[in-house]
Amino acid sequence: MSRPILDIQNIVKTYEKHVAVNDVSFEVPAGSIFGLLGPNGAGKTSLIRIITTITRADEGVVYLDGEKLNSRHPEEIGYMPEERGLYRKMKVGEHLTYLARLKGLSAKDAKTKISAWMEKFGIEDWWDKKVEELSKGMQQKIQFIATVVHEPKLLILDEPFSGLDPVNTNLIKDEIHSLRGKGMSIIFSTHRMEQVEEICEHIVLINKGENVLEGKVSAVKDRFKQNLFELEYEGELPEGLLERAKVIDQQPGRLTVQVAETAESNTLLRAMLDRGVFVKGFQEILPTLNEIFIRQVN
Amino acid sequence: MDKLWLIIKREYLTRVTRRSFILATLLTPLAFGLFFVVAGLIFQYESDDSRRIAIIDEGNIFDQSIKDEENLYFKFVDTDLETLRQNFDDFDYDGILVVPRVKDVMATRHTIYYYADKQPSLDIDALIRDRVRGQMRDYKIEALQLDPQQLEAIDTRIELEPEPIDDESADASKLTGAIAAGIGGIMGIIMYIVVFIYGMMVMRSVMEEKTSRIVEVMISSVRPFQLMLGKIVGVGAVGLTQVAIWAILIPIIILVSSLLFGIDSSAQMEMAQQQPGAANFNPEDTEAMVALAIEEFKSLNWWLILPMFIFFFLGGYFLYSSMFAAVGSAMGDDLGEGQSLTIPITIPVILAFYIMIVAIQAPNSSLAVWSSIFPLFSPIVMPARLAFSPPVWEVVLSVVLLAATAIFFVWLSGRIYRVGILMYGKKVTLKELGKWIFYKD
Repeated sequence: MSRPILDIQNIVKTYEKHVAVNDVSFEVPAGSIFGLLGPNGAGKTSLIRIITTITRADEGVVYLDGEKLNSRHPEEIGYMPEERGLYRKMKVGEHLTYLARLKGLSAKDAKTKISAWMEKFGIEDWWDKKVEELSKGMQQKIQFIATVVHEPKLLILDEPFSGLDPVNTNLIKDEIHSLRGKGMSIIFSTHRMEQVEEICEHIVLINKGENVLEGKVSAVKDRFKQNLFELEYEGELPEGLLERAKVIDQQPGRLTVQVAETAESNTLLRAMLDRGVFVKGFQEILPTLNEIFIRQVN
Repeated sequence: MDKLWLIIKREYLTRVTRRSFILATLLTPLAFGLFFVVAGLIFQYESDDSRRIAIIDEGNIFDQSIKDEENLYFKFVDTDLETLRQNFDDFDYDGILVVPRVKDVMATRHTIYYYADKQPSLDIDALIRDRVRGQMRDYKIEALQLDPQQLEAIDTRIELEPEPIDDESADASKLTGAIAAGIGGIMGIIMYIVVFIYGMMVMRSVMEEKTSRIVEVMISSVRPFQLMLGKIVGVGAVGLTQVAIWAILIPIIILVSSLLFGIDSSAQMEMAQQQPGAANFNPEDTEAMVALAIEEFKSLNWWLILPMFIFFFLGGYFLYSSMFAAVGSAMGDDLGEGQSLTIPITIPVILAFYIMIVAIQAPNSSLAVWSSIFPLFSPIVMPARLAFSPPVWEVVLSVVLLAATAIFFVWLSGRIYRVGILMYGKKVTLKELGKWIFYKD
């Protein structure tokens, strides 16, 4: 496995008496879309602020691309906070240039890259518009450009879709995928599980400042599956067929059962076929991340 | 350093290019000019309330001669008072003045009577009394057979001329103190205004950044301290720009308007002094005074005063605006709630202002001396004392202390600021602010 883009080791962060992050460790594989999950107040933002060098950890180390976190690293990170704003009185072009230059781009580079992004989003004529003239959704496009314009190695998006309409959500989603295709690593922090399921390959779940779960999404789901299977069939089920399975739910033509172990599902299916049941569908029911999330957090 | 420069540039440029800044910078001198013109015109204003007054001079004190004023006409009449009063409406007079006979030449009080349907206005009242007093004086001089020249010689004007003890010291003139007080007062007031206006500007701007949530985006690129320092320096540069423009425009506008409207500032002085009663005012004196004032003004050690003024301007500004920045960072969306946090900052500023007023009257009093060394007061009090050439050690001590304190406060405010800008939805007390200083990064 290649070197992780981010390696977090035993991070502790305490505010007065409150422990916000308690000995958290995980790795973000390079070139992946990584979900940083957790309920409100779990310590996600504290962790992100440590990664973005806004605050320092009390204990533990963070490596970005194999290098211990240092003051040059902000230029290699693009961070879109959940609470984000812009200078209302500034013009869009000026504003983007300012933020890009603070990330270390030269004035010329900034202009070229910003223009390219604005063109991509079809907003090239906004350069001289004032930020306060834009709608909230429009401002979010600007914020997205500001986050990615300096082509960071690591992109951290905190609830990037909040307040976006479906059209813009898709636009940003497509951009996330295309940036990832170009080799950028993306940390995606949210508590909207359906988005995580759709976008992320790896996740870590933080609760009360601690790492409760991490790994590939498929592996996590596998770990939490309960050997549930859904059957769709026609006709009557013969007697004694379900002796070795626990019926969770039964409706005409549809049956949800739980078996002791995954291999039993084949036995069940074979028995049904042998007894002449017309099977229309047979599939394993994997837990949603939402279910896993709620189960872990409670 | 590059980033700090970018921040300063943005803070400066967004402000000076704003329409409201340009308007305020240009309109304030115009307002000054307008005030100057209006004040000048008011001083030059003469009542257009024209009156015709009949004089019954019972003792012939006036000897049938009195000078008319521009809008005040006198006429001696022989008709008796009763007839005049009964037919008041038929005669075209606005008032009847009765000057009774002088019974006792030695009396120091003499009552004259003014009959009219309207009260005499203050200026007419004063003018009439002035005329009668002057005439009465001449009348009494004659009646008592006095020598007018001897009388003139009795009144003596005393002037105090300060002289140095040793020959090396500069020879001060009688105006040195007044000029120094004037310049000191102006500098003190400028400092006071600057600290408030621009300190508040820094505070509001920090609050805006926090409530608009741009701040978290910013500090993922720059250190909070850079952001705060950049803002303070940028706004301070805006302040210097504005004060410099005013320092150039205000004298020009006053000069131009006085030429255009024919208002002479020495004429204003004369007007102010030429109250009825101070009749023997010598215009040549004014000219000499103005010349002396200009001479004094030039002889001040501007090579010391101006750089020092700029130093105290910057020192005071950094000291107070950093505190305002710290308070701004602690304020939430609710402006009113945080307002109480600004009180501990405004109290020393206001105290310093009052001490400054005392200091220009008694620049070497121990209150003035120690206040001009104490760093929270010195930015306002010391500039007010500079024109009085305070001892070198006092100035040096004051400068060193102010520089050290300003640097310390900027650092301290930075500690508060870095915590404050990320703290939302918490009611902040002063004690809380103190705790933030000791937070780890």
